[in-house]
Amino acid sequence: MTARPMLELVGLSKHFPVRSPFGRITGAVRAVDTVSLTIPRGGVYGLAGESGSGKSTIARMIMGLTRPTAGDILLDGENITGQAGTRAYGRKVQMVFQNPGSSLNPRRTIGQSIAVPLEAHAYPRAGRAARIGELLDMVQLPADFARRYPHELSGGQKQRVAIARALAVAPKLIVLDEPTSALDVSVQARLIDLLVDLGRQLELTYLFISHDLSLMRNFAEEVGVLYLGRIVETGPTASVFEHPAHDYTRLLLASVPVISAEEEAMRPRIELIDGEIPTAEKLLARRQASHLPQDP
Amino acid sequence: MVDVASETPVRRISNAYQNWYRFSRNPTAVIGALIVTLVVLAAILAPWITPYPEHVGAVVNFRARHLPPSAEYWFGTDNVGRDIFTRVIFGLRISLLLALVVLGTAVPIGTMLGLLAGYFGGWVEIVIMRLTDIALAIPPLVMALAVTAVLSPDLVNSMLAIAALWWTWHTRLIYSITRQLRTQEFVEAAETLGASKFHILFREILPNCVSALSVKTSLDAGFVILVGASLSFLGLGIQPPTPDLGTMVASGSAFLPDYWWESVLPGCAILVVALGFNLLGDGLRDLFDVEDVR
Repeated sequence: MTARPMLELVGLSKHFPVRSPFGRITGAVRAVDTVSLTIPRGGVYGLAGESGSGKSTIARMIMGLTRPTAGDILLDGENITGQAGTRAYGRKVQMVFQNPGSSLNPRRTIGQSIAVPLEAHAYPRAGRAARIGELLDMVQLPADFARRYPHELSGGQKQRVAIARALAVAPKLIVLDEPTSALDVSVQARLIDLLVDLGRQLELTYLFISHDLSLMRNFAEEVGVLYLGRIVETGPTASVFEHPAHDYTRLLLASVPVISAEEEAMRPRIELIDGEIPTAEKLLARRQASHLPQDP
Repeated sequence: MVDVASETPVRRISNAYQNWYRFSRNPTAVIGALIVTLVVLAAILAPWITPYPEHVGAVVNFRARHLPPSAEYWFGTDNVGRDIFTRVIFGLRISLLLALVVLGTAVPIGTMLGLLAGYFGGWVEIVIMRLTDIALAIPPLVMALAVTAVLSPDLVNSMLAIAALWWTWHTRLIYSITRQLRTQEFVEAAETLGASKFHILFREILPNCVSALSVKTSLDAGFVILVGASLSFLGLGIQPPTPDLGTMVASGSAFLPDYWWESVLPGCAILVVALGFNLLGDGLRDLFDVEDVR
């Protein structure tokens, strides 16, 4: 038996119509344009790209919050494009949102928030309290946090709660939509460590969406670089990071702040325009104007 | 059910204490709460605290008619010699009952419709919100006049008429809050976790409406009492001899200005009750920090 990939996106697209003031459709924003990717079971796939590149739209389509315009989503070999968002599907895929401050209901206790998926999937009532304690323990929080409200927790603690909630129904795939971008740097690293440990213990597959390339380098096994809705470069993390082929990837890597000389040496050189690191649009436009081959 | 929230943790007590502290630092809120508490207590205990409880009915005592306020009759007596203080305290019962019944029906209906319109959008929203707009265009007092004129003028009919229009304000308030909350990540998170629509509406969104709702309800109680008093003043509300503040102002006004206490003092009672609810509502608004409530 050949190993089926955990998640496969085939030519996934999402176009948002642009309307004139009179309501006529005059065009379309191609938020996500024929994106294909494959994540093996137990793998960690990093999806990189700046804001507006379509990262979150892909996450929302996988979660069934947004309906794709075209293309298929295959989960564990099964096409789930039509049934994304249904309960049976929710058992397999869960998501951790970007902002832990707003992904937990401020008026409900941590325990009540974690109980939501347990209730939705008809987990026996009698075992719920114990299961909540167990889940909190998995994310290294004390069990008595169940009685606290979100405002009594730090950002990192809240994000751990969000992870515990996502783990409640024992999913196979977890979509992490910029899970660390709202957190302090020191907290980020510990959260990534936790995710790595949990991934190993529970045999989870991750789709890690982020614009933070240094985190991605440590966490993801394979990366895809998203630019204006398209994957412009993909491959094993090490090779993409060491030999970036696409200009946009080079630009992203050049924009990462570094602290040591060794890191500085690894950073690709980008010619400055007017003394500044150019925007992606400018750089690509200049490249096209000079007729240089984009891909080696 | 083993629900973690049903236990009473130490931290929640300290939260309650914090809220109480902030509340007690707010003079308007405290005065409002005091007035409302006193009014409610007086209304409940009316038969025991009033000097002449028998004066509620059709008692006639012509030797004591039109007496000015004194130690014997605190608010004076009316044109048939009944103690006005007694009748004012009993009148509070009617006013509070009116507010309770009107808001008791209007708030749940309005909240429900607002939640549905705000969360589902589409044609549900169009139908509910256009209905709300239509109902908002009719002034409650005019509606109440029409209803009590067609049916017979009594307490039940005036409550019915006011409640039939009062839900609109709550619908609009809850609708606007729900619209904001619908796109919040915690609602989307609940959706991806497989929570039911019922759960999302009543467990995720409704708890976030409670503070705005309590401010609105408290402010509204004052207004409902005013509308009720206006109706009785026009003779379309509660019928004599049942003591009602609006009716007393109306019947006493025939003897102005010589026997001023007969209409002015019941009028002051209306003022105090309405003021109490308004101050309480304003105080709660400051406490909860809700902006979008009138």
